[in-house]
Amino acid sequence: MDPLFRLSGHELVLRVPDDGIRADWLARPLAELGLATGTAASVLRVDAPPAWRWSSTDAAFVSAVVRELDGPAHALEVRGVPRELESLLEVAREGAGAATTSGGALPRGDIRARAGAFALAAAADARRFVELLGEVMLLLPRALALRARIRRTDLWQMLAECGHRALPIVAIVNVLMGGILAFVGAVELEDFGAGIYVANLVGIASVRELTPILNAIVLAGRTGASFAATLATMQGNEEIDALATFGVPAVEFLVLPRVLALSLLMPLTFLYGCVFALAGGMLVATPILGLSGAAYAMQTQGAIGGANFAIGALKALVFGAVVALIGCHQGLRASRSAAGVGAATTSAVVTSIIAVIALDAVFAVCAHALRI
Amino acid sequence: MATPAISIEDVAVGYDGARVQTGVSVDIERGEIFAVVGDSGSGKSTLLKTMIGLLPPLGGRIRFDGRSLDEHMQDGGAPPFGVLFQNGALWTSMTVEENVVLPMELQRYATPEARPALARFKLALVGLAGREGLSPASLSGGMRKRAALARALALDPSVLFLDEPSAGLDPLTSRRLDRLITGLRDGLGITVVLVTHELESLYSIADRMLFLDGEAHRPVALGAPAELARHAESAKVREFLRTRTPLAEAA
Repeated sequence: MDPLFRLSGHELVLRVPDDGIRADWLARPLAELGLATGTAASVLRVDAPPAWRWSSTDAAFVSAVVRELDGPAHALEVRGVPRELESLLEVAREGAGAATTSGGALPRGDIRARAGAFALAAAADARRFVELLGEVMLLLPRALALRARIRRTDLWQMLAECGHRALPIVAIVNVLMGGILAFVGAVELEDFGAGIYVANLVGIASVRELTPILNAIVLAGRTGASFAATLATMQGNEEIDALATFGVPAVEFLVLPRVLALSLLMPLTFLYGCVFALAGGMLVATPILGLSGAAYAMQTQGAIGGANFAIGALKALVFGAVVALIGCHQGLRASRSAAGVGAATTSAVVTSIIAVIALDAVFAVCAHALRI
Repeated sequence: MATPAISIEDVAVGYDGARVQTGVSVDIERGEIFAVVGDSGSGKSTLLKTMIGLLPPLGGRIRFDGRSLDEHMQDGGAPPFGVLFQNGALWTSMTVEENVVLPMELQRYATPEARPALARFKLALVGLAGREGLSPASLSGGMRKRAALARALALDPSVLFLDEPSAGLDPLTSRRLDRLITGLRDGLGITVVLVTHELESLYSIADRMLFLDGEAHRPVALGAPAELARHAESAKVREFLRTRTPLAEAA
């Protein structure tokens, strides 16, 4: 096969084969196709078969060769192409120049650079989250004094969203969780003659750990995601910008009612969830172990204690605030597109779940240190 | 000499430290309709966002009535302007009337009893009387723009910023909107700053314009549109301003 490229003085000849330029050549380095790296030419002559029908593949290949040879002054002269194609190539040359000046994207292969950029973005994101947390904390006194710029209707809507509409799913999840704990506990403890302690297991595990965590996860998937999607959509529609132009910070008008609503309702949802978790445990354990409901209830009452309830309720309050803050944060930082809404929603749920579990670990360490 | 409604002094604008436009300096007089024009990607919207405080300036300063935006907004005060966003940006969870009332509520403007009446008056000004109870989703593009204009007027601002008010509207609706903008300026003495691509609007309502050159990253022309079309130093500006349809030229 004749070579594709032939250098003759300052003229480089590109020979278009009879069957045209192959599409796969576009993906290969030109050096592999015979164009030596650093080739200097002031003229590119394209030698195509007579009456050649130019395709976009041919044009793209010629354009790639032009880019390879062209200096910053775009002084390369291209010959042998129809005038119409010549003007298109000219446009492509200008476009390529613009892309190089406005670029800034990281090279795909450079893992270290990408890891660095990821770390910087994560740090900036964390800083913005802390700023959001700080702004909410500063606004809390104003909210408690009923002077925050919040619409009452919005607050009621949030309370409904976080409250009674979430009750069925909270009940189902907790009753199942209580039942599963009781079943596993009953099977294992019965062998040791300690079946009655299933009530302790279910009671303490539910009240202190699992109900707050499960409720937080349920509400992260339900309410936190909804907060993120709403705010991300508002961001995309410039509704948040519109709010800012009236001198009303989005944090005060949009974030504060959401954080307040979820923080206030989570402890109540916790109590409600506990009832179902304990009932689930009782429903499963009493028939398996042959215990009376009264005996199981007495054992549960003795096991739980006020401290466990207090810890569970405190966790619920903190988890509620964190889920709301993360949902709002992801919504506010979303990119202004449909994809941005989806990404914000996913990110809100994932981040909330991780944060809730990490915070639970912190609670465990603190409670242990305080011997609670 | 009277203090200009807006004073822009050697302002640089851009994102993430990258300067899209530099050396923007202009005084906009009270009651003037001032257009910001330029090629795509030249930074018109970025300049507008910087002027309304959504982006920080990368240099220079912007003053409204001789005071910075921060001074106007200290202690939670309202900015001295209203903004019409390109897509209206109405709050979709509220009715049209609630959209106009909300800024008054949040800024404790007028008495609670007077707010609905004021909102209805502003909606009537833009030709939306009787549509107060509709949701933004049920309005046409032109009506949404007008409702957003009524909302921008909610706090009786001295300056109106309009981001491509004619974008997405048919020519007749665009002309109606132009007449409305001129009417607001004439009737209420409002200073109007608009970002536009549309030459018909530019020639018919703008007193002066500033042309931002996206390649030079700086303004290259300031003056009356018709004057610049003939005598602008920059060939790009002359070409831009002369690109009119044959019918428009014949008219």
